Amino acid sequence: MANRTVVPFGPQHPVLPEPIHLDLVLEDEKVVEAIPSIGFIHRGLEKLVEKRDFIDYVYVAERICGICSFMHGMGYCMAVENVMGIEIPRRADFLRTTLAELSRIHNHTMWMGLLADAFGFESLFMHSWRVREIVLDVFENITGGRVIFSVCKVGGMRRDIDAAQAEMLLTALDRVEKELEPLISAFSQEYTVLHRLTGVGVLSKQAALDLGALGPMLRASGWSLDTRKLGYAAYNDLSFDPIVETAGDCMARTQVRIRETLQSIDLIRQAVPKFPQGDIAAPVKGTPSGEFFARLEQPRGEAIYYVRGNGTRHLDRFRVRTPTFANVPALVQTLQGCQLADVPMLVLTIDPCISCTER
Amino acid sequence: MKIFNLAGTVLKSLTHPAATRLYPFVPRVYEPKTRGHIEIDIEKCILCGICDRRCPTQAISVTKAERSWSIERLRCIQCNSCVELCPTKCLSMGTAYTDPSFGSVRDSFTQAPKPEGAAKPAVPAKPAAVALPTTPTSADDARVPGDA
Repeated sequence: MANRTVVPFGPQHPVLPEPIHLDLVLEDEKVVEAIPSIGFIHRGLEKLVEKRDFIDYVYVAERICGICSFMHGMGYCMAVENVMGIEIPRRADFLRTTLAELSRIHNHTMWMGLLADAFGFESLFMHSWRVREIVLDVFENITGGRVIFSVCKVGGMRRDIDAAQAEMLLTALDRVEKELEPLISAFSQEYTVLHRLTGVGVLSKQAALDLGALGPMLRASGWSLDTRKLGYAAYNDLSFDPIVETAGDCMARTQVRIRETLQSIDLIRQAVPKFPQGDIAAPVKGTPSGEFFARLEQPRGEAIYYVRGNGTRHLDRFRVRTPTFANVPALVQTLQGCQLADVPMLVLTIDPCISCTER
Repeated sequence: MKIFNLAGTVLKSLTHPAATRLYPFVPRVYEPKTRGHIEIDIEKCILCGICDRRCPTQAISVTKAERSWSIERLRCIQCNSCVELCPTKCLSMGTAYTDPSFGSVRDSFTQAPKPEGAAKPAVPAKPAAVALPTTPTSADDARVPGDA
């Protein structure tokens, strides 16, 4: 039997955008065990809910993470609105759906770049991020912010999308789709990519469910589970099917995300012509009293927002269960038996967001 | 051959102009909605302090005694909350980002003294056209940075 060596991976590592630490127990080049440890960027944002007015806390919720910022704000607002029994205008639902899907495109194109960077394909990385830039410009035009939008509020939305912006949005999506084409063919056919991703880190269908994997990680293992199918916001007015792959390896997870990007483009195209006329926000009266679990599908998987109000302007408790946290056990499972050189790919294919996880 | 998948893209990149902007020479054009920095028309301000109390990052501070309104630029998160809450709409969102800096930057704005007596500043019956235009003094040293 070979000698066992422990190699620390992270918290600072070239492929990690955010700090997570893994102790990799190696036998020669093979990983036999991985012990994760988190807690490097805990900011205590959940505790802050006791100090901030529940209306103003949206700004804090949005800053849990920079990529799914809109969805964090949206999840928090959905939970508070349900506690208070606020029916938000249908137009706000559509606006939220549109921005959520744009965030998904933003996240997935960014992730494609990061993955390419992880296996050293620099030009693919840059081209992916060039596509992402189009989405960021759309965000700036619509919301005024490139990463943090501050457009979601309890009771609806703060900024509307007018006809000219909707037109610009659709034109930008055409551009994104066109520019994604060569990237998709590179990700699906390029020899280097196939060599690094195919058959690596297989997560079986049963293991994915047992370990509680979520989002693209779960769907790449053959489960057709997508929280959007619950029909929150405007999703019940749009037609789509969860993207499912069956191989369960890194390639399958990449394909799920690529196809989801195209699906998001399609969802926005469906949503924009259906924008109902009317207000974008409902009046908020009173204070939240009661509790609620809101669930929504973030780019990385299902996130849960728990809110408990006590009838004052400060909530008792706000809790977020983020998809990355749920995907860590699956990551640890896939790491066992892999080669050391494949570790970056495996870590990246869960699309880790440590800021979300630790809040 | 599969290996030339990105060849078209690479050739296009070679013949096309740069995707990035030559920044100092080509100025950044902001969108009309871009949330860059908060501006104030200090003469319209009634010093009610709502922006001060509701600012999520406590970047704004209003001092009634000195009739001044100040903002710590690097603390402000451009959430637009104060602009929406302002009863006299004297606050607005400018599109340009604030300049980079090494330390905290606190911009103070002080109201010109009113012509006579304790006139109500809220009622803009006739614009107090007294001299001393608003002076946006970029005084970094006006306050101790940090918690107000």
